[in-house]
Amino acid sequence: MGDLGAAARTASARPDTARLLPQLVAPVAALALAALISAVALSVSGGNPITAFRAMADYGTQPASLVDILNRSTDYYIAAVAVAIGFRMNLFNIGVDGQYRLATLVAAAVGAASFLDWLPGVLRILVIVAVAVAVGAFWAGVAAVLKVTRGVSEVISTIMLNFIGGQIVAYLLTPEHLGVQARGSNDVTTRLLPSDSWVPGIPLIPNAPGGVHGFILVAVAVGAGYWFLLGRTRFGFDLRATGMSASAAVASGVNARRMVLYAMLLSGAVAGLTGMSQLLGARHAYTSSVGGIGFTAIGIALLGRNSPVGIGLAALLWAFLDRSALILDLNEIPKEIVTIMQGATVLAVVVAYELAARVGRRAQQRRVGAATAEPDRSEVPM
Amino acid sequence: MIGDPALTAATVGGAVPRRGRRLRLPVGLLALAGGLVALAAVRVLTGADDLTSGGAVAAAIQSAVPIGLAGLGGLWAERAGVVNIGLEGQLILGTWFGAWGGYHWGPWVGVLAAVVGGGLGGLLHAVATVSFGVDHIVSGVAITILAGGVARYLSQLAFAGLPGGGVTQSPSVPELPRWSVPGLGGLVGVERRHWFLVGDLAGILRGALTHVSALTVIAVLLVPLTYLVLWRTGFGLRLRSVGENPAAAESLGVDVYRYKYYGVVISGALAGLGGAFLSMVASSIYREGQTGGRGFIGLAAMIFGNWRPGGLAAGAGLFGYTDALQLRGGSRSVHALLLFLAVLLLAVGVRHLRHRRTVPGAVTVCVAVLVAVWYVTTDSIPAEFVQAAPHVTTLVVLALAAQRLRMPAADGQRYRRGG
Repeated sequence: MGDLGAAARTASARPDTARLLPQLVAPVAALALAALISAVALSVSGGNPITAFRAMADYGTQPASLVDILNRSTDYYIAAVAVAIGFRMNLFNIGVDGQYRLATLVAAAVGAASFLDWLPGVLRILVIVAVAVAVGAFWAGVAAVLKVTRGVSEVISTIMLNFIGGQIVAYLLTPEHLGVQARGSNDVTTRLLPSDSWVPGIPLIPNAPGGVHGFILVAVAVGAGYWFLLGRTRFGFDLRATGMSASAAVASGVNARRMVLYAMLLSGAVAGLTGMSQLLGARHAYTSSVGGIGFTAIGIALLGRNSPVGIGLAALLWAFLDRSALILDLNEIPKEIVTIMQGATVLAVVVAYELAARVGRRAQQRRVGAATAEPDRSEVPM
Repeated sequence: MIGDPALTAATVGGAVPRRGRRLRLPVGLLALAGGLVALAAVRVLTGADDLTSGGAVAAAIQSAVPIGLAGLGGLWAERAGVVNIGLEGQLILGTWFGAWGGYHWGPWVGVLAAVVGGGLGGLLHAVATVSFGVDHIVSGVAITILAGGVARYLSQLAFAGLPGGGVTQSPSVPELPRWSVPGLGGLVGVERRHWFLVGDLAGILRGALTHVSALTVIAVLLVPLTYLVLWRTGFGLRLRSVGENPAAAESLGVDVYRYKYYGVVISGALAGLGGAFLSMVASSIYREGQTGGRGFIGLAAMIFGNWRPGGLAAGAGLFGYTDALQLRGGSRSVHALLLFLAVLLLAVGVRHLRHRRTVPGAVTVCVAVLVAVWYVTTDSIPAEFVQAAPHVTTLVVLALAAQRLRMPAADGQRYRRGG
């Protein structure tokens, strides 16, 4: 017993390098592997991988590209945090896409509605954001209620709700309901928001045309809030505990059903914010181009290991690949190759982390085993 | 699929195990006949003749086959204990490889290529989930993302520059043979008279037995074949044992990893076949986005069918039927179906009440009345609602039946081989 205590003390005293090292090597190795796969794909399609990568790096770091990358990653980041909130307690919110499309549509329609004409712009922005959050949470809440009351897997229900949400959007976005036919175009959008509720851009990048969407600050705040809520509060602790072992959490007094409900509502609320950056900063109306990043967000959350900083880096990487791929077509390489890079990266990263965890666990077991093993009789002084 | 045991235990609340009340064949046939009579009655009452026309039935089968094949794929994987949410990705691979093989070497090579392509997607999922122990949902999502990229990239390499081909679509693909049961030519005449029940039967027979694609026949045969292999052979028993209790299976000498690999690769191959159907039978080219989430619907059909081939086929048929009515621009037919739904709900509600289950009975009857009111006060259903019908149906069915469904006991759990 005394031996065990001593072993535990020494193990906790110094940082557990045997467990941490593989965790640090994993993402680097995974990215290298993904780059290798991409290089092979590039060569197969008749390009020189090195010149292609260099062209991507050159183009991706131009001022205009940097603005675009930051704008794209704002959307990605918020959506991925929404996914990550669910992941932290083993909930798969695959419905981010439906949640934010519906939220953006309703928020855009409310924001441009004539009964709000008396509101000053700043307050109107708050109303728009609040509506988006509420609608996103509501749509995720349907899946949560189905799960806690009827035991329906959220994986299936959120996928179904994506399709249903898409059809509701299509139904509402018609001239008979919330839509407006733009003159001289087939596009149906919602009414344009009044210009006093447009969020101005931030001139973050020198020499770039146009600024970065102001909503990027909200994305940063979402990240900070996510870090604080999960890492520094009782609620976050309960949430993570439920994710690691629901039975242990229940045994220690956590109401697992309530946690499912809260986590899902929170995830949906954050998902509702996803479309706001584009709505308030660029398009100022709901257009049919909204949607489609829900699945990407899952990949980004996985890539970033659900950590607030990691997701940020993953979102930037993803956006960089999106943007810099545009140059590939000029070099006669199909830019679609980037989707392969992204998919390969996700798959390589999840496999690498799994392997790293396994290696680390085994090394730790060996060490603890060596420290607590029955001492060799011959060495024990009698 | 349903999730953590502790959570589901909390939700199910330790319910008393129900008496196993599986639908036996005679009862099932009787229910089918009753449903047919009711459908015929609704058709005569509302005049929505498309409900049972040969064209509608043929279209329903056409819609049901890819959903059913994806569902069968899901069944094979989940019976071996692996959740395969990458079915959508394997379906995409199937559409692409089917068109590619079909264009270059004829339709049957296309089918084979699709099966191989989907199988490769399954293999990737098996390597990630079984050998590397990656979470099943995570791997499935990654494969679906990857498959979309691979298909688009390969199109750029293989289809761009061909006549009619490009980044998002293939040139047109030769057709698979279609067969008809001889001697059914007279059915069209009978169908046109729209007699009660006789006309309906003629329509259904004409739709199901004439001008049927070879791939449809294969798909239909795969349902009983799956049942026979999984439930009537030693191989199937071992595969299912791996999905129920892998530790016990291993202790009896079953190579758990190998059987999981079998299940998941076959799963991908079946989804690939479904993809071939989409690009070679349902249309004659590969087009990006052609799968339209059918992999997920297939998964839903499998859950609807309680992880059994027969139930899965019924689920696929139901989804295919609503899909077909919507595709045929039948907002009127679907409107007529509201009446059918109201009658059905009323019957279920009355049955509940007679068994003294007051609350569910009252709720069902209320919903039936609401649906009837909806039917009476409107003339048609917006097309968008019709399109969402299969998904809403899935949610309703899951909400009503989720606690009576029984999935393989070790479904979705990671398994590490013992030393």
